[in-house]
Amino acid sequence: MTIADMVRILNARVLLGEDKLDTPVYTACCSDLMSDVLAFVDEKTVLITGLTNPHVVRTSEMLDLKCLVFARGKVPTEDILESADEQGLVVLTTRLTAFTACGMLYEAGLRGVPVPNEWNSEDKA
Amino acid sequence: MDALFQTTYPVESADYTSAGRASADIKRKLKQLGVGGDVLRRVAVASYEVELNLVIHSLGGELSLSVYPDTVQLVSSDRGPGIPDLEMAMREGYSTANDEARSLGFGAGMGLPNMKRNADDFEIASTVGVGTTITMGFRLN
Repeated sequence: MTIADMVRILNARVLLGEDKLDTPVYTACCSDLMSDVLAFVDEKTVLITGLTNPHVVRTSEMLDLKCLVFARGKVPTEDILESADEQGLVVLTTRLTAFTACGMLYEAGLRGVPVPNEWNSEDKA
Repeated sequence: MDALFQTTYPVESADYTSAGRASADIKRKLKQLGVGGDVLRRVAVASYEVELNLVIHSLGGELSLSVYPDTVQLVSSDRGPGIPDLEMAMREGYSTANDEARSLGFGAGMGLPNMKRNADDFEIASTVGVGTTITMGFRLN
């Protein structure tokens, strides 16, 4: 799907990146834990989150994410949006909860970021 | 071997607002030097994690970037307090971070494992009362 499809599915408002809505989207992740998001380094994915602090944008910058979706109608402050704009991020906000937003995107065919095999191995010990 | 490029960033304890600025700059510099793709992303993630660790856990320290013809090296060194149990600290999910760090989306016990996973070479040495040094190498193709 494209980001434009996500906007339609989530009935989202586009805060930034109106000109990039035709960008294709292959996977998504949903987390308020930026450390967990930073573990997903292999994919240029979409992040759905309820957290609206500057570190969400900085995490996106480190990973080259292309799209951020804020759940429950949250809108970050102007300075956070400015730094997202500098990076060329598409930023959406939806009134849906994170759970419902994920469910609707999944139903429409979007899948999660593949989990590295090592997470299920002896690495944890 | 002499470094092609070397720079050091001071990182203050508990400076949550600026945390990540050094990493953003490191990423920009590496991009200018022609480092890209997977290596760039791995360096960026590891440097962001280590910078956050300095802010969250240390009494202050510095983060150094050195670029060699075949490797990117990141070294984080701090002025304490040191890690009493390195084995526990390396465990996914183990964290001693405070509520402020957690409210920003960190302190989940993923930092050190994330660094180790992203670096090609990872070394950590710590002495309680003295400090912690983390050295990470990333091979350039």
